[in-house]
This record gives sequence, C-alpha cells and structure tokens, in this order.
Amino acid sequence: MNEFMRRLLFLPEQASTFAKDVDYLHYFVISVTMAASAAVAVVAIGFFWKYRRRQENQATPFIAPTAMFEVLAISVPLAFFLLWFVIGFRDFVKVSSPPPDAMDVYVQGKQWMWKFAYPDGPNSVGVLHVPANRPVRLLVTSRDVIHSVFVPAFRIKIDALPGRYTEIWFTATKPGRYQILCTEYCGAQHSKMWGEVVVMAPEAFDEWIKEQQRGLVTRADVLADETGQVSLQGSLAQMGKQIAVAQGCLRCHNVDTSLPSTGPSWVDLYQQTTKLTDGREIIADEAYLTESMMEPTVKVVAGYQPLMPNYQGKLTGPEAAAIVEYIKSLRSDRTAQAIGGEEQ
Amino acid sequence: MESSAARKMTAEGWLEPPPLPHHYETEENHKHALRFGMWLFLGTEVLLFAGIFVGYFVFRTYFPEAFEQAGRHLSLFWGTANTLVLLTSSLTVATAHYYAEHGKNRNAFWLLTASIAMGGMFLCIKGIEYHDKFVELALPGKFFHYNEITAPGGPIFYVVYFFATGLHALHVIVGMSLLTWVAVRCWRKEFSPQYYAPVENAGLYWHLVDLVWIFLYPLLYLV
Amino acid sequence: MTAPITTTASPSSGAAFPKKSYLNDGTSIRSWLLTHDHKRIAILYLVGVLIALFLGGVFAMVIRLELLTPGPTIIEALTYNRMFTLHGLVMIFMFMIPVIPGVFGNFFLPIMLGAKDVAFPKWNLTSWYVYMFGSALMLWGLIIGGADTGWTFYAPYSTTTTTAITPVLLGVFIIGFSSILTGLNFIVTIHTLRAPGVTWFKMPLFVWAVYATSIIQVLATPVLGLTTLLVAAEHTFGFGFFDPARGGDPILFQHLFWFYSHPAVYIMVLPSMGVISEVICAVARKNIFGYKMIAMSSLGIAFVGFFAWGHHLFTSGQSPFDAGAFAAISMLVGVFTAIKVFNWVGTLYKGAIAFTAPFVYICGFLFFLVFGGMTGVALATVSLDVHWQDTYFVVAHFHFIMVGAVIMGFLAALHYWFPKMFGRKYPENWALLAAGLIVLGFNATFIPQFLLGNAGMPRRYYEYPERFTSLNVASTAGASLLAFGFIIIAIYLAIALKYGEVAGRNPWGSRGYEWDVPSPPPTENFDKVPVFTRGPHEYQDVPEELAKVGHGI
Repeated sequence: MNEFMRRLLFLPEQASTFAKDVDYLHYFVISVTMAASAAVAVVAIGFFWKYRRRQENQATPFIAPTAMFEVLAISVPLAFFLLWFVIGFRDFVKVSSPPPDAMDVYVQGKQWMWKFAYPDGPNSVGVLHVPANRPVRLLVTSRDVIHSVFVPAFRIKIDALPGRYTEIWFTATKPGRYQILCTEYCGAQHSKMWGEVVVMAPEAFDEWIKEQQRGLVTRADVLADETGQVSLQGSLAQMGKQIAVAQGCLRCHNVDTSLPSTGPSWVDLYQQTTKLTDGREIIADEAYLTESMMEPTVKVVAGYQPLMPNYQGKLTGPEAAAIVEYIKSLRSDRTAQAIGGEEQ
Repeated sequence: MESSAARKMTAEGWLEPPPLPHHYETEENHKHALRFGMWLFLGTEVLLFAGIFVGYFVFRTYFPEAFEQAGRHLSLFWGTANTLVLLTSSLTVATAHYYAEHGKNRNAFWLLTASIAMGGMFLCIKGIEYHDKFVELALPGKFFHYNEITAPGGPIFYVVYFFATGLHALHVIVGMSLLTWVAVRCWRKEFSPQYYAPVENAGLYWHLVDLVWIFLYPLLYLV
Repeated sequence: MTAPITTTASPSSGAAFPKKSYLNDGTSIRSWLLTHDHKRIAILYLVGVLIALFLGGVFAMVIRLELLTPGPTIIEALTYNRMFTLHGLVMIFMFMIPVIPGVFGNFFLPIMLGAKDVAFPKWNLTSWYVYMFGSALMLWGLIIGGADTGWTFYAPYSTTTTTAITPVLLGVFIIGFSSILTGLNFIVTIHTLRAPGVTWFKMPLFVWAVYATSIIQVLATPVLGLTTLLVAAEHTFGFGFFDPARGGDPILFQHLFWFYSHPAVYIMVLPSMGVISEVICAVARKNIFGYKMIAMSSLGIAFVGFFAWGHHLFTSGQSPFDAGAFAAISMLVGVFTAIKVFNWVGTLYKGAIAFTAPFVYICGFLFFLVFGGMTGVALATVSLDVHWQDTYFVVAHFHFIMVGAVIMGFLAALHYWFPKMFGRKYPENWALLAAGLIVLGFNATFIPQFLLGNAGMPRRYYEYPERFTSLNVASTAGASLLAFGFIIIAIYLAIALKYGEVAGRNPWGSRGYEWDVPSPPPTENFDKVPVFTRGPHEYQDVPEELAKVGHGI
C-alpha cells in the first residue's frame, strides 16, 4: 500500500526513518483533499444536472442554512485540520530535536557548492558520507547568501543562513547515493548546486572515516568524475591550488582550455593584456588578480558577465597570495611541470 | 481641490465654501468622509514606521550595550531641542486650525508660517547632528569607524538611527509642503466655519509627524 | 446548446443601445485621461492589467519552454532567472493585486451602493497614474538591468546582487501606493456613501469582499513599502540591516517581507470570492446560501491572514514553537474558506442553473479553490512542509489559487459584467469553448507540478536532474493549451466590443443591484433614483417586469 501510494504520488524512495512518517501523513492529507475536491465537484455537477434552468423566468425558493449546517461546515474541516496540525507538529518537533548521540557534520553552503566537515575528520566538497542506521546531525551555515539543504529521499530540508548555524538530523535507513539539492534561490548556478549523500553500512563507514582521519584532505566533486588527494604541505602555488579548489574558483575558471568556462581561463592569464567591458586594456598582474578577488565587478573582462562573487573577508591575505602564485604557475608551455603533474 | 478663483468673497471676509461634490448628498457626509479618509491614511503611515520600530527592537535585543553606548553619544541637547521645536510647532498648527475653523484666515496664516519655520529649524538641527556624525565617522554599515562604541553592533545602531530619522525627516519635508500649500490658501482667505478641512487634514499629518518623533526620541536618545 | 444565441427583444429589457453612456460622454483622449468617473477609471485599469497579463503570460511561456529539456534549451541561466523574476513581479504587482478591485471594484462598488462615485474621485484617478508610473519604473528596471532575485528578493542575495534591483524596488514601492489609495477610497465609500436602504447587511457580497480586501491593502502595504526601501538602501549604501557580517539579520527581511506578502494573497483571492458570490446567484437564479456567514468569513480571512506569515519560514530555522503557532493560525484561514465553499455549493441547491461560460468558470473556481486551498492546509502541516518548501509543490499550490481561483474569478467577472460595462453580449459558444480549454489546460499545467514537488524538484531551477523531464514536458504542454484559451478569449471579446449583440439592461435576469441601471450605465450611474427594497441576490419573488429574461439560453 505504501509503495503504491508512493509511486502514485511520484515520491522519491524513503531512505530515512523520518520519510515514512512524512509519507503516511501525506497520504492521509492528500486523500482527504482529493476526496473533498471530488465531492465538491460531484455535488456541484449533480446540482447542476438536477436543478438546471428549465424556464427563462424561473423563480427559486429562498433557502437559508440551518445553524446545524454552519456548525458542521465549521467543525468538520476544523477537526481534520487540527488533527493534521497535531500530527505534523509532533513530527516537526521530532525532526528538529536531534538525539544527544547523533554524529555531527558541519555543512557549509556557498555559491555554488556544498562543503562538509566532520569535527575530527576530513573535509569534502559535494559528497557527504554517513553511516546507515545511526542518527546524524547536520549543522548548517552559509558563506554568502541563503541556501537550503534538501535531501528528497530523506524528506529533510533546512536553510543555510550566513552568520548563523541551523540544524536538522536524520537516520538513513539504507545504503545508497541520494541527491542533495539547493532549495533557496542563490544566483546564477542555483540549479546546479547539487551534492550527494553516500550512505554506507555502519562498519564500512567506520573504516572509511578512520582512513580519512590520517590528516589528508579528500576532494570529491560531483561534476567531475575523478577524486584526488592533495597534501596540505607544499609550495605556495600548491597551497593556492588547494584553496582554489576549496573556494570553488575552479567551478568557473578552468585550467584546461578545452573545457567551457564561466569566467576567464587561468591558463596564461598572468601578465596577459586583457580587454575590459568598458574598453580599457589592462595587464593581469598581481594587483589586478588580487583586485579581481576582492572587488570583482569593478574591472570585468570583456565578453563575460559580472557574476563573480566577492571574496572580501573570505580569503586572508596569504590565501589570496597563494592563489595568485598558483595562477602564475599556469603556463601552457609548463602545465606538465606546474603542480607535480596533476591536471584538473 | 476646486479652484478658489470661482468662489466669491463673502461679507464676513472669507471666500464662500466650494460647492459640494456631486456625489455627496450632504456637506456633513462629505466632511465625515474627508476626516475618515485622513485617519485611514495616517494609519498607513503608522504601519510604515512600525516596521522600522520592529527593526529597532530586534537589534536592540541582539546588541543591548552598543545601543546604550551609541544612544549616550547622541547629543541629548540637540535631541531635546528638536523635541521642543516639534511640540511647539504642533501647538501652532492646532491653533491655526482653530482660527481657520473660525474664519480668521490671517491669524491662521501666520501660525502656519511659524509652524513651517519650526519645521525648518528641526531640519537644521538634524543637519547639525548628521554633520557631527559624519565627522566622527559614526555612520551606518560599512562606513562605520567610530571608536567610542566598543560593543559589537555599532554599525547596526547607526543603520537604524539614520534610516528612522531620515524617513522621519522626509515626512517632515512632506508635512512642511502641505502646510505651505494650506498657508497660501489661508492668505487667499479660503477657509471659513463651513470649510476648513484642508487645514484640519494638513494639521493631522503634522501631528503624526510629531508623534513619530515623540516615539523616536526616547528610544534613541533616552534609553 | 442547440440554436445559436439570439435575444428575444422584449420591451422591458430595452434592447436598444443607450445613446448616451459613460463610454461616449466625451470622446477625446483628454476626457479619458483626466476623467473623474469611476467607470472610466475602471476601464483605464482594465487596459493596464491586460497589458500586464499579456506580459506575464509571455514570460511564463518562456519559462515553460526553457523547462522542456533538463539542460539549457532556449535561453541561458541569467536570462532564465530574470524571466521568473519578471513573471512573478509583473503578475503579482501589475495584475493580481490591482485587477479585480481596480477594474470591477471601481466600476461596480458605487453602483452597488447606490452612489454616484467613489468617495475621492480625484485620488482614484491618481491611483491609476501611480499604478502606471510605478509599473513603468519597475519594467524599465527589469529591462535595463534585469533583477534576478525572484519576486521575493530575499536578502542577502538581493542586497548583494550586481543586477539593477533599485529601480525595480522603487517601482514596487510606488505601485504599493496605488494599492493603498484604492483601498482607502473603497473603505471610505462603503462607510459614507451607501444610499438610504442599503444597510450593512443589504450590501452585495462583492462589496463585503472588496471591503475586507481594502482593509488588508491599507494595513499591510506600508510594511512592503518599508521593506523595499530597506533593501534598496542596503543595496545602494551597504547599510547592513540584513547582512550578518555587519550585525544584521537576513531572517528579519523574511519576517518583514512576508508580513505584507501573506496578507497580499488574500488581497488577491478575496475579491475573486466576492465575484463568485455575485455570479453564482445570477447563474443559479437563487439567493446566496448563508449571506451573513460569507460576509463575516471575508472579514475573518482578512483578520486571521495577518497572523499567519510565519508559515513561509518553516525551514528557515525558526523555533518549533513559532512554527507551531503559525501553523495553527494558518489552519484557521482554511476553515473560513471551507465555510464559503459549502455555502456556495449550497446556493446551487434548488436553484435554476444556466450552463454558460460564467458557470463553467464557477465550477473551475470551486474545484481549484478546494484543491488549492487544501494543499495550502497540507503545506501548513509543518512536517510535510519540510519536504515541500521551495519545491514545485508550493508553486503548484499558489498557482492553483492564483490562476485557478483568482483568474477564474476574473474571467467569470469579465464575462458576467461584459454586457453591463460595454452594452454588448459575447458569443456564448466561443466562450464555452475557451472556458473548457482554460480549465483543461490549467489542470494539465499544474497537476504535474504537484507531482514534481513530491519528487523533489526545487523551484527556480533553470536546469534540473533528468528524472524530472516527463512531468516538465507535460506541464509545458498544458501551459500551451492554457495560453491558447486566453488568446481565444481575447479575440472574441475584442470583436464583441464592437459587433456583439446589444445586451439590454439585464440580459442575465440577475437581481444584483447593478443590473437595474442601463447597459452601459450613464455617467451619473442612474437614470432614475435607485430604490433598495429587496435584499441582494433574491430570486424568490421576481416581479413580472423582470421575470422575462432578455438572454435566451
């Protein structure tokens, strides 16, 4: 029955303990809704048929409702609505109250990606690993504008607000991969701000997280299909590359000129003579590259939209310098030597 | 409003009242409608300012020390002066209304002029206060560099301060324009016991402007 | 429908077109643009809202065409984001809010009260100019820079976006004034200009609906005005009211915004409910079942609607206590609506119903209001909203009400009152065809969207995961049908304006007060002093002279 209703209503699979509760209430509410609308339609059509006008000047009796009619008209709907309110509110309180032993994960939304971090553990971009059958609490915030974490298969959603942490929790019930969608409009790439929850069997997860906690940073990107492990040590250019990945620069600026790019490519960018939208020509030196991060809409390259988010306050001085060093290292005649042979 | 050129001077020294609009049965009904409409409009103004008061209370709850500190650094002298100026101007407006209702147009004219002058004085004093803020860099949002406020939330206080007083000052200007227009009509001796609604309505607007300040003053300067 | 519709010319219905009416009382452009006549101002509003409906419809079609494929189809992401912003802003502020009060409220309120005009005719004309100017400013802003924030312009995206949002916000601010002026005018008119015999409980239900609407317009719109000013100030000067980096609070924006925007939806739907009360009585030739309940429930919706705004913030991290309070209050609004639905259906009982286009629109209205309204109650059930918030389920819900209820009401009003306003009848067969297309097209467009929301498709998505494709294609197909229906209506109404059959005073045989005056009415509204001895919508003792209906069905 559950399966039939779920498919009829195009609901995604029920992959969390919360999902079943939500869906059962959903079936109840929607069935009554459909029944009521159908009843109104049937009665209206029935009345139309029975009481269709037979003469042009037909008079009709004056009919006023009885007090009982009005009492029923108020109390029956009210009873249903209050019942739904009680059940729904009880479930909402449940999903807002994480159990004390829930595993915490920090979630940060930023234009236009999701970043996850375990308190002791690794960070990742775009992919969240969780164990099945154990409660997980998401502590969610945003780096810039309001986003919203939505996992349809779990039936959970919570807004990601800048300057504040919100929380929601779930217990996933079966291993698998479930999509995360951003559900609060956040700009040009809002509809591609996706992520993935990878639910693993509890033992598999325990092993996985031990692996990760050996001080390495794991990067997994939903759009690309390769994973890489990058060391935290290394030259300034290497650090710049990691920061560029973590900050999402490479979502818009490619380092492989054969790929499409929302913003200007970084290959051969350093010291390049660049034409701006207002007709001026400038040289892309350290000052310009830094200015582009801190005040991106002041000097926009011709042929591109003023879409770049502002990193003022989000990158420290050394971080910005590291990115500039990375850009300087991207020469088409030197790509192989650039960062120890790794390509994007 | 109907042109005063078409109306003739009466023996009592004021213009005869304008003709009743064709869709009203009685003058009393017309007066009632004008008064009711004006009070409704004032209600909308109250709701406009209500939002910024909500903002004040919300941010005061978040940043109580900063609001206290910043409030103390506002000039109590100028704020109180402004309050007295506005209160007095409301008195002159109310008296002007009384005179207009009795057909004493010239008296009403001078009292309205006094009110307008006091409105101007209010704006000048506000200008002095604003100038001081600019000099001290006690400014809203990203322009804030005022070291006297040590608690967090300083910029937000000045956002509320400038927005609330700025919106209020705009209303003072609108009020002054209304009073000017009504004063001109007093000069033309348009008002009489049968017709003084414009003076009453402009006066009501001015009283509202005063009332908003009566709420802003203690919240910003005193607590 | 057997024979083509013809009129049986009957002396009492006066099937000759009146020589002098408000339409030809002065034919220069100046006499229209400087008119004080509430009926002419209604026509001016009609021109404005029809342009808005057309524009909003075009933007909707662009959106639906883009959503035919999961990836980019005909436009790019930034353009798409501008399109849904345009669609929302134009439809809500330029069409939905002003349409029924501005057109039919302006035209019929005074006549229904036995008055010769509204309380402040010059302010009425001013409200139209304010509406046109604000709309022009808003559209200009949308064209030169194109805001891409969505019509809800949430901070901090709206305060940091590089698109030209300030003229758009100022345009909205100005249009808000028009709404306030209209509401103010109507409230004073209802209080002070009722003719002798028109007591409060003798007023037609359309007047009650407009009264409740006007109260909301007057009280809620200033808060929107303030909010737009705050966002504009923050965007221009970086004030930081809503920016957490400067101590501000983005949730404060949501509270301020929705404090207006939730009552705003009742501004949109209440007048439509008033129309339905009028039309259903005429179509069924029957008194309204439960006059007092319907009148009072309009006020009830207006009152309770002010306290329900927090249901737009269920997933914003607000406390469960707040969520619960707002949810419970939102349910109450549903109860008032349920009362109305039962009473309308009860009106059909023992009536004498004519199958005409207005009746089809009533049927559509009833079904869509119940379904849309109950999905509203479903959304107010907090735990369900966690899944549905900001998905296509919400989009489907509000379109069911806004298009399904309000536009059905608008079309019912347009057809019902067309003979009164223009003195001519529209062709019934074409109207029935179009009504059928609209009802069908509407279902085909928006029912898939409920399912899309269930499946988890978020709103404002330019690209979407492939599994949502077939439902999107279905929705676009339905939208094309809907558009086609509107085009047909536009064509036959335009033709009927000039070539429609002369209607006569009361082609419907309706007992509404406005049908006692000529069609179209003279500038002064009444050719004889109005006498109010009967209650509104009473059909049990129709006098001989009005028994012969002038519209052969």
